[in-house]
Formats: sequence, structure tokens, C-alpha cells
Amino acid sequence: MEKHKSTELEQVAIRFSGDSGDGMQLTGTLFSNLSAILGNEISTFPDFPSEIRAPQGTLSGVSGFQVHLGSGKIYTPGDEPDVLVAMNPAALKVNARSIKKHSVIIFDSDAFGKSDLEKAEFKTENPFEELNISDTVQLVPVQLTTLTKESLKDFEMDLKSVVRSKNMFALGLICWLFNRPIDEATHFLTNKFRKKEEVLRANLKVLVDGFNYGNNIHLNVSTFIVDKSHETPKGKYTSISGNKATAWGLIAAAQKAGLELFLGSYPITPASDIMHELALRKDLGVKVVQAEDEIAGITTALGAAFAGKLAATNTSGPGLALKTEAIGLAVMAELPIVIVDVQRGGPSTGLPTKTEQTDLLQALYGRNGESPVVVMAASTPADCFHYAYMAAKVALEHMTPVILLTDGFIGNGSSLWKLPKLADMPSIKPNFVQPGMEGIKVTARDEKTKVRYWSFPGMEGFEHRNGGLEKDFTTGAISSQPDNHELMVKTRQEKIDYIANVIPELEVEGNPEAEVLVIGWGSTHGHLLSAVNNINKNGGQVALAHFNYIQPLPKNTAEILNRYPKRVVCELNSGQLASYLRTKVPGEYLQYNKVQAQPFTVHELEDHISSLLK
Amino acid sequence: MEPIEIKQYTAKDFKSDQYVRWCPACGDYAILNVLQKVMAELGVSPTQTAVISGIGCSSRLPYYISGYGFHTIHGRGAAIATGVKVANPELTVWQITGDGDCLAIGGNHFIHSVRRNVDINVLLFNNQIYGLTKGQFSPTSKKGWVTKSSPYGTVEEPFQPGELTIGAHGTFFGRLLDVDLKSSQMTMLAAARHQGASIVECLVNCIIFNDGAHGYLSEKASREDRIVVLEHGRKMIFGKEKNKGLVLDGLKLKVVTIGEEGITEDDILTHDASNPDPTLHLMLVRMQAPEFPIAIGVIRDVPAETFDQAITNQIAQEQARSKVKSFDDLLETLEQWEV
Repeated sequence: MEKHKSTELEQVAIRFSGDSGDGMQLTGTLFSNLSAILGNEISTFPDFPSEIRAPQGTLSGVSGFQVHLGSGKIYTPGDEPDVLVAMNPAALKVNARSIKKHSVIIFDSDAFGKSDLEKAEFKTENPFEELNISDTVQLVPVQLTTLTKESLKDFEMDLKSVVRSKNMFALGLICWLFNRPIDEATHFLTNKFRKKEEVLRANLKVLVDGFNYGNNIHLNVSTFIVDKSHETPKGKYTSISGNKATAWGLIAAAQKAGLELFLGSYPITPASDIMHELALRKDLGVKVVQAEDEIAGITTALGAAFAGKLAATNTSGPGLALKTEAIGLAVMAELPIVIVDVQRGGPSTGLPTKTEQTDLLQALYGRNGESPVVVMAASTPADCFHYAYMAAKVALEHMTPVILLTDGFIGNGSSLWKLPKLADMPSIKPNFVQPGMEGIKVTARDEKTKVRYWSFPGMEGFEHRNGGLEKDFTTGAISSQPDNHELMVKTRQEKIDYIANVIPELEVEGNPEAEVLVIGWGSTHGHLLSAVNNINKNGGQVALAHFNYIQPLPKNTAEILNRYPKRVVCELNSGQLASYLRTKVPGEYLQYNKVQAQPFTVHELEDHISSLLK
Repeated sequence: MEPIEIKQYTAKDFKSDQYVRWCPACGDYAILNVLQKVMAELGVSPTQTAVISGIGCSSRLPYYISGYGFHTIHGRGAAIATGVKVANPELTVWQITGDGDCLAIGGNHFIHSVRRNVDINVLLFNNQIYGLTKGQFSPTSKKGWVTKSSPYGTVEEPFQPGELTIGAHGTFFGRLLDVDLKSSQMTMLAAARHQGASIVECLVNCIIFNDGAHGYLSEKASREDRIVVLEHGRKMIFGKEKNKGLVLDGLKLKVVTIGEEGITEDDILTHDASNPDPTLHLMLVRMQAPEFPIAIGVIRDVPAETFDQAITNQIAQEQARSKVKSFDDLLETLEQWEV
């Protein structure tokens, strides 16, 4: 075999883009899993429309999946892709803004006819010129539809099903381009289509033909080699999405605490996958109630908390709004519950399938009365596991609702996950009543932590009445006595404040000696760290402080933040963390905000942060 | 084996130390007393009893019962009770609610808990008025009713809780009248023994804001002529003289007098509460004065699988089948690779 020219890369980003029915999510997922198995670091970002099947070929129906792989540390799904696979003109157009110089565009030349161009609202017959795509971009036309039909000519399949397999041709081609053996893909596909033998055979045939096509005709394009990562610690790995990791974090916490897990939920994009994962786990005794609405989602869970279970509910912004009153009840009744908010673009229905960090203030303050709760945020798809686990731990050990903020970006995206060992995870010890305490009141609490003791129906000698009315500090009976109310308000706040003693301290990444401190929270960590590392590598000096625990803040927050004369809070909203920090650690904070319902790009962060160094 | 000690309870065992704070002569007192008697007769300990409520006068009831109680937020009692029962099916769960709490703000949770057949006992205190917010009309107030928020009379049709229950595929519906203790106790006990969502509409008097709403029925002298107490397997006979009864006339119910026009006791309908076909139950629920007596007692009581049991069964089935017994097993199901 003639040796084909190859380019070695440290990292590369590939975006698969096509109609929402073109199977781009599957294609992307398969490719990223293949790369992970070969030892690459990966990070993925699915970006799809809220319509399930928008009119074919139109701009609103474009679905994308980007994967970033590397031989070094990968923190984000990448900014602009190095390789774009465009299944139709609409996909090309939607991605036009992010086509960079010297990148490669592989497109289905069968899908670029006159009517296809019209559907994508092109005015001329040359879409590339019309979009001003740079000459340095290498265009690789492939007759994907024709070649797929040819590949499956001996199969007795209807035309629609044949054409639908063209994503596998594209995948085969990309596997060739990136020197990925396709045996592992065979394995994944076999798992996926185990019950549909004909579909499996067809997909495998097209996949192999796609790979061989690249190999045989020597597409006039350089292939890429991305070596396996040497920075990944040794161990067993998988690739996991944030929503799945969240669900599994709750499962792990329930087992560690020795409690049954109960999820009350109502379907909402992009959070429903958490419910799907937990509904599968009847074998582990997980009880899931798909409730009649968001309110019943949380209130069934609160019922389960009252009955002594690990209770959780999952939702997105509009659902969190509906759960508001019930969260207040959980605060008042001092019951443990985990509320996962997979944030999306808002307000109102907003941009359901897109990502944003705009629910922070809702999580912190969105309730009547003085109603403090714990607020945490996860940073990566994989660490959703850790933070879901910690959310459950804090809820159970401190008898409080905990709101865990993730978002569409990390909820749907996936990253490498080193498989944990439950035995190595921190213990979870709920503040149960102890034998000998019989007869204690519902408000009886630990003096130091202010955590009330947990008893529930079925426990003899601890019968009590709980509820949303203010209770007497000592007797637990209903009370509207003025001083008592103030004492209870203070006590509930102190209980939350105390948690600062048990959460990890804030760490500084990048160059701690820098003058400029970049501040972020939640899912932007990868982008911020990449930008900070790049700047430091190029001679700049920047530090990064990233928050996962937001209420209460880590104990050393003021001490860290006050070290830096220039602080810039970067977030995907108009300045919610910034305004919160101004009340908690007063001082000047610069802001860098983006509210486009899209993640940051590393480039834009680098540009902005660099401008502050001057 | 140690002998199992069966404790006999009295109503007193279910009284909490809290002072009951309803208005003097409120109809709710009667229901509370009946409930405590029924709890004693049922023989479930206060420890295993959970009483859940929403908001409203009646929703204060959990404070007065000695077991576990949760006084929650407006309208959500049904959902919270669902969570409690699914979380721990061993418990006997009561839900205390009112016509506003259950049928206005909580209407959605109500129909869904009925549809799912969650094994909870629901006491729906229907006084046809909002008492705790001081006198607005409720979803069960008669059309044209003058209240603080309807000074010119309401312009909307009321709900019939029984129709809603049957419409939502309810398996149990009973109705009781606060002043009629014997039938109240019988109805509530049957509700507690029914497995599934048992809805008991309690016709209670609000002495402050809607005094006499059920006066037509409560009046002792004429009560027996104005209500028919239904019992499964018994003839639908009523009246002071025990000479009136219900028959089917084509597709409609009709009140007849035994001994008149050749009618004998044999012609009177026999009540079958356990008939899965709800047609006749619906007719009984819909009977209105003055043409008909109001149906009291257990109108519908049909066995069916409960939601909580179905969930428990599904879990048991999967646990028997699946190899995944722990979180570590779960990890093993993943596509994974060594780095």
C-alpha cells in the first residue's frame, strides 16, 4: 500500500453537521468513543435544534456534534473545527461563522443541487463563494448519497433507509482520515443495533465502504494522526455525558448513604436524560415517578424525603421556577433534597436545546421569604458525577435542599470519565435521630452545625408533625411569636453558612502570582482554563479561580479574591456571579459576558483576557 | 417464635397534644373525631400512620393526630402523599384536603393520584367555600352563590368531586355528612381498607362563611328523606318510613315508593359498589335534590392494582432478573477501556 501523507496533530476538532434526521449525534458519539478507546482525551458538544424533525434541508433543522480530541489535556470541545462534515448546504451555512482558515470541509456533493441550495436560502449556485469561504479551506466533495446507494445495492432496503445510512459512509471516511481502525466501531454498532440485524449489516457495510473509499481513491487530503494522550492518569475509562453522570452520582450517593433513591420528575429539555437513566435502574431499587407536572416532580420527592429516602428532582430553568414554592417548603421543613437544574437559554421557554448560565440568581434567591439553600455547579460532563454525589451528601448531612446547576453544554456533552470506586468515595452520614433520643421535637438540632435530627414515619417514638408554618425553636409547635421567627430565620441561615467548613477551599489555577484573576463558575471551566493556560504559555500572567460551590462560598474566597488587583468575572449571562460576589466580597469586578446561548470560545476569552494585561 | 402482640388502639391513641383551633361548632371536628375512631379500629399504629395535607382550614388536621404528619403547601398534598406512599408502601397514608386545595389549586395532582390509584385515603372536606382566606367561592360553590369574591353571584358551574373521581378512573368514592356519625365511620373505614386511591367527600359545614350550605341534608327531622345511605349488597332504600327506593327507569334513576303502583322491595336496585362499570355509580353520584336523595356511603369500591404496589413489583422483578446488584456492578455494564 502506498504511504499516504499524514499530519501529526496535538489536538483536532471535528464537527459533524447535517439534518436533524441525518444521524449526526450517533456519528459523532461513535467517533468520539473510538478516539477515547485509542487513548485520546476527548470532549464533545452536541448542538441540536429544538424541533425533532424540522423541514428537511432547512437552516432550522441543522443538528451538529463536535468532538475535540487530543494527545494532551483537552478541556473543551474546541472552538472552530479543523474538519467540518456538512451533509447539506444548510449545514454549511449554519457553520459558516466558525469555518477557519486551512480547515477541511467534507460535504455530500449529491446534496448540493439547486433545490437543496434554495432550501438553505442560498441566492447563487456557488454556496462557498456566497459565504466567502477562504481559499485556504480545503473543499472535499464526496458523493455520499450515490456511494451509499451503490454500497447497499444488494440489500433489500427501501430507498429512505438506504439514504439514511449515509452518515455511516461519512463516519468510515472520517475514520480513514484520522487513522482510526474501524473494528471498534463495529463493536459499538453491534451493541446499538443488536435487535435489528438487517440495519446492523447495512450500517457495517456502508461504514467499511466509506473507510475503503478514502483509502482506495486517496482523497486529495492529508490524513491526521493524533497520538494517544500521555497525560491521562492510568486506569479504566469510559466516555460519559453529564446527564448520565449526574444520575449515576445520585445512585452512588444513595448506596453509600444506605438509602433508597427516589426521583420525582417531569420531562424537560435538556434535563430528561437524568430521569431516563434513573428509570432504567429498577435493579438498584431506584424509584422514579414521572409526575404530572414540575411541581409534582419536586413534591413527590419531598414526600419521599419526609418518608426517609434520598430524594431528588431534575429540571431546567422554567421547571425550577415552578418548583420554587416547594423548595421553600423544603427549607422550612428542613428536609434533604437534591434539585438538579440543567440550565438552558432563557427567559421563559427561551432556547430549550441551547446552553446558558442564567439561572444562578434564580437558584440563589428565587423564593419567597428568607430561604437560603446550598447552590453548587458542575464543570465538566464527567464531574457531574462528583457534584451530584456531593449535592446528595451535603443535603443528607445538613438537612437542606441543594440546587445543583449544570447546563445543556455539559449535560449533553461528554468527556472521559475515570471509573470511580465507591469504596474510595467520601462517606455519607445523614443526621439521623439516635436511639435514646425518643420524644425529641421536630426542631431539635445539633448545636454546632444547626442541623436538625432526621426521623421519619415508621420510627417508633419519634412521631412528629412537620410543615411549612413557622415552628417554635424549642417545642417545634406552630409559632408566630416575633422573636422566635427571627431566631429561626437566623438558625436556617447559620445552618447553610456552616457548610463552608466542610466544602473544599477555593483553588487558584494558572499563574497564582499574576495581577489578573479570571473568575468563573460551572461549565465554563474548560474554556477558561484553556484560555488562561494559552496566555501563560505565550508569556502572559493570569490566574484563574473557578467556583463549584457558590452558596455557601468556600471559606477562603475573600482571601483569594482580595489578592488580585484586577479581577474579571467571565460567565454566560449578564453578570450574575459578579453581582453575587460584589455583595459577598465587596470590591471592583470587571465582567466578561456572553449571552448567546452558546459556550465561550477559547479564542474570544484569550483575546479579552489578554486585553486586560496591557 | 415469639407471639405477635396485636395492640388494640382507642381513638385517644391518635390524639396529639395540640389544641384544636378550628372555629367552635365547625363541621371539621366531627370528621376529626370519626377519623380518630377509624384509625383505632383499623389497628395501624401512629408510628406507621402518615397524615399529609395542603393548605386550608381542614389541612390543619395533621397537627391533631398523634402519628407522623406533614402540613405542606397549597394544593400539593396529593403529590406529597404519593411520594410518601411510593417511598414507603408499608405506611398507611391519609391525605386531608378541602374543596379549594383539592379541586382548584390541586386539581391536577388530584386527578392524577386518582388515575394512578395510589393507595392513599383522601378526606376531601367540602364546605363549598374558602374559609381560611375568609369567604371566597370555591370550585364546588353552587352557581350563582354570593360570596365576598362573587358579590353578584358566581357565573361558573361547580365541580362534583364524585364525577371527577369516576372520570379519572377512580376505584373508590364515598361520601359522608358531618352530622351523620354512623355512616361517616362506615364510609371512612371502608375507604381506609380499600387498596388504592380512596376519595371520601366529606360534606362539612362552615359555620362562619357558609353556614347551612348542606343544611338541606343536615336537618335532623327530614334527613332520612333527603339522603340515601348506600351499602354494598343492600337495597337502595331510604326515607323515614324506609319505604322509598331507587329503580332504573330506562337509562335514568327514579325514586319510587314501595307499596305504590305495584312496587315491591324486590323492584328496588341493589347496590353493587364493586362493579367495575361506573355507569350506575356515576348516576348515584350525580343525584341532586330535590328530585333525588343525596347518596351517602360507599358509592364505588372496585379492586385494582395500586401504583405503589406496581412500582414495588416492577423493582422486585428487575432485581430478580438483572445482574446489576450494586453501583460497582453498574460500572461494569459500561463500554470501558484501560489507559
